[in-house]
Amino acid sequence: MIARILPLLALCALAGAVPASAQVSIEAEPVAQEDAEPGLSLDDGGLTGSVSDESEWQDLGIAITTFATDRDVPTQTNAGSTAALGRSLSQIIADNLRNNGLFKPSGPLGLPQPSFSEVQAPDYPVWNLRSTEMLVQGYVVANADGQLTVGCYLYDVALKQQLAKAGWIVAPSDWRRAAHKCSDLVYSRLSGESPFFDSRIAYIAETGPKDRRMKRLAIMDSDGANHRYITSGQATALTPRYSPDYKSLLYLSYLNGKPSIYVYDLDTNRQRLVTTSSNPTFAPRWSPDGKWILYSMAIAGNTDIYRVSSSGGASQRLTNTPGIDVGGSFSPDGSRIVFESDRSGSQQIYVMNADGSNQRRISFFGGRSATPEWSPRGDQIAFTHMAGNFRIAVMRPEGGGLRHLTDSWQDEAPTWSPNGRIIQFFRTERTSGKATIWQVDLTGRNERRLPTPVDASDPAWGPIRP
Amino acid sequence: MPTISKFGAAALLAGSLAMSACANKAPKELPPEPGPATTTDATSGTLGPAPGSHADFLAFTQGDDTIYFDTDRYNIDSVDAAALTKQAEWLNRYPGKRATIEGHCDERGTRDYNLALGERRANAAKNYLVGLGIAPTRLTTVSYGKERPVALGSNESAWAQNRRAATITVE
Repeated sequence: MIARILPLLALCALAGAVPASAQVSIEAEPVAQEDAEPGLSLDDGGLTGSVSDESEWQDLGIAITTFATDRDVPTQTNAGSTAALGRSLSQIIADNLRNNGLFKPSGPLGLPQPSFSEVQAPDYPVWNLRSTEMLVQGYVVANADGQLTVGCYLYDVALKQQLAKAGWIVAPSDWRRAAHKCSDLVYSRLSGESPFFDSRIAYIAETGPKDRRMKRLAIMDSDGANHRYITSGQATALTPRYSPDYKSLLYLSYLNGKPSIYVYDLDTNRQRLVTTSSNPTFAPRWSPDGKWILYSMAIAGNTDIYRVSSSGGASQRLTNTPGIDVGGSFSPDGSRIVFESDRSGSQQIYVMNADGSNQRRISFFGGRSATPEWSPRGDQIAFTHMAGNFRIAVMRPEGGGLRHLTDSWQDEAPTWSPNGRIIQFFRTERTSGKATIWQVDLTGRNERRLPTPVDASDPAWGPIRP
Repeated sequence: MPTISKFGAAALLAGSLAMSACANKAPKELPPEPGPATTTDATSGTLGPAPGSHADFLAFTQGDDTIYFDTDRYNIDSVDAAALTKQAEWLNRYPGKRATIEGHCDERGTRDYNLALGERRANAAKNYLVGLGIAPTRLTTVSYGKERPVALGSNESAWAQNRRAATITVE
C-alpha cells in the first residue's frame, strides 16, 4: 500500500508562526534541462549545473540544521517525538546529500540549532561567521489528526535570501518521505537537476552458498530504509522491475520449476503470469507510462522480445531473428526500445521502434555489450561492457560516445536514478560470487556501495514516487 | 573468446564400465555428483541401482548424463553426440521414462542472456536426442542460466564445467 504524501497547501493555518508566503509548495523544483552543459552558472541567486561536473558545488559550504518543532510532543512514527523526528529528518537529508557524493554538507550535529521562530528568519550573521554558504532549515509540527507537517527551507547566506521552500503533510508511516522531498528540493535548486531521492528500489536479496543461493525479491527506499522482503526464497526470484506507479512489480520466479515472469500486485500481494504460454519468460520491463510490459520468451531455444498490454491480452512479438534477442528498455517517450541481440555473433546493443520496426545495431566497441537501459532523460544508454572486466558504461542512443563509469571484475545490470544522473548496478566478487549493489554518478568518480541487510543483486530503481 | 577443447574425448570413446573413473570428459576437478549416484559404487556388483531409476541412468551413462559447451556456444560436437547417443540408448531401453534437460552457463555472462543461452543449450541437447528417435513429448527443458554452478571457482576450469546441459530422468 502506498500512502499519500500531500503537498502543503495551508501551512499558515497549521503553524501560526509561518508567514503566508510559505503556502506555495514545491515551487522551486526546476525542470530537467534538456542539454545540461557541464559547468556552473549563476542564475538569479541559485546555481545550475550538471552532475558531470559537480566538483565546484561539492565545495559549497552547506549546513543542514536540526529541524525545529513548535511543541515537543509524541508522534506515531518510529522516530519518536517531534523533536526527535526533527533530528532524524535533518540527519536523513545530510546523509542523502553526503552519500551521493554530490555535496559535503555539515550538520546537523555540531551546528547551532535554530528555534522554531528562526526557521523562517535565519540568523544570517551567525552563519556568515561560520563561512556557511547554503543553509537548510526546517520544522516539524504534529497535527491534531496524527499527521505531520514538515517545512523545508533553503537559504543563501551571502545573499541573505531564501532560495527555495516547500512543505508537506505526511502520514506517520511516511515521515521519511518528507526528508527525501526536502533533499530533492535542495539538490534540485542547487544543481538544476530533477529530483531523485523520493524513490524506491526493488532488488534481489541473496544468501547461502554459491551453488545454492537463496534469492528473494525485496524492496526498499532509495537510501535503503523501509526494507521489506516480498518473497520467501522458496523459489529463486530474479530481475524485478517496479511499475511506474509503484503498485506492482514484474519479476522472474522459478515457482513452477521453470523461469516465468510474474506481475506481483503490492496492494493485494497476489501475482499472475505475464503470459499463459508455457514457454520460459524472462527479462521483464515496463514502458514509462506503465501501459506495456516487455518480456523475452524462448521457444525451442530461440529467444525473442514480446510486448503485452499491462492489463493483459495477447502478446506481440517484436523481434524475429535466429538467435537471442533479450531485454529491452523503452526510451522516455515510449517510442523506441533499446535491446540486446547476438544476431551478429555476440551480444550487442540494438535500437528499434516500439512496434519492432527499424532494428539496427548501435554498439561497435569491441567486446560484448549487454543489458542496455535507456536513461529517463533520454540522452544516454547505460549498459554492461564485457571486454575482460565487466564494466558499467554509457553511450549515446545514436551510437558512439562510449564512457566507462566503473572498472571491476564483474559489474552488471545498470539501472538509472529517476533523474538520469546516477546509475545503480550490482558487483559480483570473484570466486566467492558474493554480490552487492553499488551506485555511480555520470562522472564515474562518486562510487559507493548501497547498504543492504544481506548480499544483493539485480537492482531496479523506480521513478519519483507519485 | 578462448576456445576450450573438450576433455578426455579419447578416453570417453573407448569407454567401458571399467574405465568409468577416467571417462568423464569434464575437467578433473569435477566435484562429487549430487544425489544417490555416487553411492552406488559402494554396493558394487550384485546390488546395482534399480533398473530404470535415475541412479541407473547415471551408472549407465558414466558421466555422459552431462554435455559441455564452449563459451557462448551451444553446438553439439562429436563428444557431445557420443554422450547423447548413450543417453538415447538408455531412454530407448526404458520407453516409459521421461527426462528434463537442464541448461546452464558459467558466471561470466549477464543474467538474462545466460537464461536464454541455457535454454538454447538444453534445446540443442533435446533436439539431438529427438534426432536419435526419442519422442519430443518425453523431453522437457529448463534453463538455470548462471544460477546453479557445479564448480565454484572463478577460473576457466570451473567455467568449463558449468557450461553444460545435464539430463535428469524422471519417472
